[in-house]
Amino acid sequence: MNAPDHRYYASFLQALLNGQSDDPGVAALIAQPAFAIYRNTVFKGCVDALLANYPAVHRLVGSPWMESAAQAFAREHLPQEASLICYGAGFADFLATLEAARELPYLPGVATLDRCWTEAHLAADDPLLDVSALHTALAAGQDIRLVPHAASRWHHDPQHPVYAIWSINRSDADDTEIAPEWQGEGALLTRPHGQVQWQPLSAGAARFLDACRDGCGIASAAGQALAREPGLEIGTMLGQLIQADAFTSFH
Amino acid sequence: MTTSPLTAGLGLKPQHFDAALACKAAGLWFEVHPENYLMDGGPRLAWLQAIREHHPVALHGVSMSLAGLDAPDPLHLRKLAQLVSRIEPVLVSEHLAWSRIGGHYLPDLLPVPRTNDTLARLADNISRTQDVLQRRIALENPSHYLHMEQHSWSEPDFLRELVRRTGCGLLVDVNNVHVSACNLGTDAHHYLDQLPFDDILEIHLAGHSADASLPGLLVDSHDAPVAAAVWELYAHLLARTGERPTLIERDGNVPAFDVLLAERNMAGTLLHPAAATHEEQAA
Repeated sequence: MNAPDHRYYASFLQALLNGQSDDPGVAALIAQPAFAIYRNTVFKGCVDALLANYPAVHRLVGSPWMESAAQAFAREHLPQEASLICYGAGFADFLATLEAARELPYLPGVATLDRCWTEAHLAADDPLLDVSALHTALAAGQDIRLVPHAASRWHHDPQHPVYAIWSINRSDADDTEIAPEWQGEGALLTRPHGQVQWQPLSAGAARFLDACRDGCGIASAAGQALAREPGLEIGTMLGQLIQADAFTSFH
Repeated sequence: MTTSPLTAGLGLKPQHFDAALACKAAGLWFEVHPENYLMDGGPRLAWLQAIREHHPVALHGVSMSLAGLDAPDPLHLRKLAQLVSRIEPVLVSEHLAWSRIGGHYLPDLLPVPRTNDTLARLADNISRTQDVLQRRIALENPSHYLHMEQHSWSEPDFLRELVRRTGCGLLVDVNNVHVSACNLGTDAHHYLDQLPFDDILEIHLAGHSADASLPGLLVDSHDAPVAAAVWELYAHLLARTGERPTLIERDGNVPAFDVLLAERNMAGTLLHPAAATHEEQAA
C-alpha cells in the first residue's frame, strides 16, 4: 500500500463524517453535490438498521425522535460488523446518556429487551435440555450446573415496569396505552421451536439465571436468587425456566 | 430441487417467503445478501435452507470491501465459506467497491480510483476470497455518481484485467451501467460493447429513481420496476453474450410476489425469445 492510497480512504471516511478533507483528490469529490449520495446512504443504512433492530423503542418515541437518536448513535458508533441485522449493541447505554431521554427513564430497559430479542433470534441452535436426565440428577441430590441455552436472554430492571411497556410495544396491538404498576420488572426471552418467545421474569429468577451463566452450581444459584427475592419458590421457578427452554444442558 | 438451467431469477424478500417456496416456475432461482445469513443458527438460516431445498440460490455479497485497503476480514470470510458449504449456491458475487476501514464498516458501496495500485489490491483480495471459498466469484460493476480524475483505467479495461489476473467472472448490472452513463455523461452501449462477454456469469436488472434534491442525478435505488432504457440495454448485451442467468433486484416499494414474477418473466422472454414464441404458439 502506498501513502496516497491510504490517504484517499482515510480522507473519504472523514469526508463522510464531517464533510471536509485535506486531500485534494477527495476535496474534489466533496465539491460535487452528488457526494451527498454516499453520505446519505451510509447513515441511512445505519439508521434503518437501528429502527429495525429496536422496534419497541421506535414505537414508543416515534420516527423523528428515533431517527435523530439513531443518527447520533451511528456517528459515534459506526458498525463494526458487515451484518447490520446485529448492529446496535450499546444503543441502550447510549439512550441512557441522552438529555432528550431523561423524561423516559424506562427507555434503556426497553432497548435492552429489544436487543435481547435480536440476540435470541440470531443465536446458535443448541440442543434441548434432557429433562428426564435432569430430574434423575436432581433426585439423586447432585449439585449440578445448568447451562443456559444459546438463545436464552434475560433482563431485569429494578425500577421500571419494562416488561409491560416493552411487550405491548412489541405486539400488533393498536392501542399501546397501559397503566402498569410502577415497579421493577424483567423478561426472559427464549427460542423454542425456532421462534423467539417471552415471559415475565422476577428479580430472583433473573439472579438465578445470572448465576447459572456464571457457572455456579444449582445450590449456589438458588441461594443467590433467594437473597435477591426472599420467599421465591425455587422449585416453581425452575419448572417455569425449564418449560420455557431456558437451558440446553447440565453437568 | 429443480435441475433446469438458470434463467431469470429474483432477489428474495422475507415477505415473499411462502410464495417463493411454493413457486414452481421453471428455472426460477433466488439471490440473497449473505450478510443476512452469517449467524450460527436460528430461524433465518432455516428459512434460507428451506428455500434452497426447492430453488437454486445465489449469494450476492455487499460488504467484502474487495477494493478496500485491507484484506478481506478473515472472520467474515470464514463465515461466508461456512454459508457457502451449507447452501451450495449456484453463484457467489461481490462488488468493485470498498466499505471497510480501520475496523469500521460503512454500509454502502464506496467508489475507488481505478489505478494500478487498486488493481493489484483488488486482484489480491479476489484471489484470496476465491481460494477460501474454493470457487470462482463474479465481480459487479458499481453505480457511479462522481467524476473522479484519479482514474487511470477505463472500467471495462479494469474489469477485463481483473478477470485475466484472478480468473474471476463478471456480474454486469445493466441498471448500474445506465445510471452511471447518465450521471457521468458516458455511453452505456459503448461500455457494454467493451466487456469480455465470455466471462460474464450473471446479469442484474433493477429500477432506479431521480434524486429528489439533485436535478439530473439518477440513484440506483432498486425501488421501481426496470426502466425501458435498461430493458433495451439488456437486449443489447444479450445479443452479444447469449443467454446468461439474469436477476431482478427490488429493495424498496416491494410489490406482491406475482408482480415481481411477471417482471422476471419479461427477462425470461428476452433470454429465450425462441422458447417464448413457441409457448405462445402452443397456447
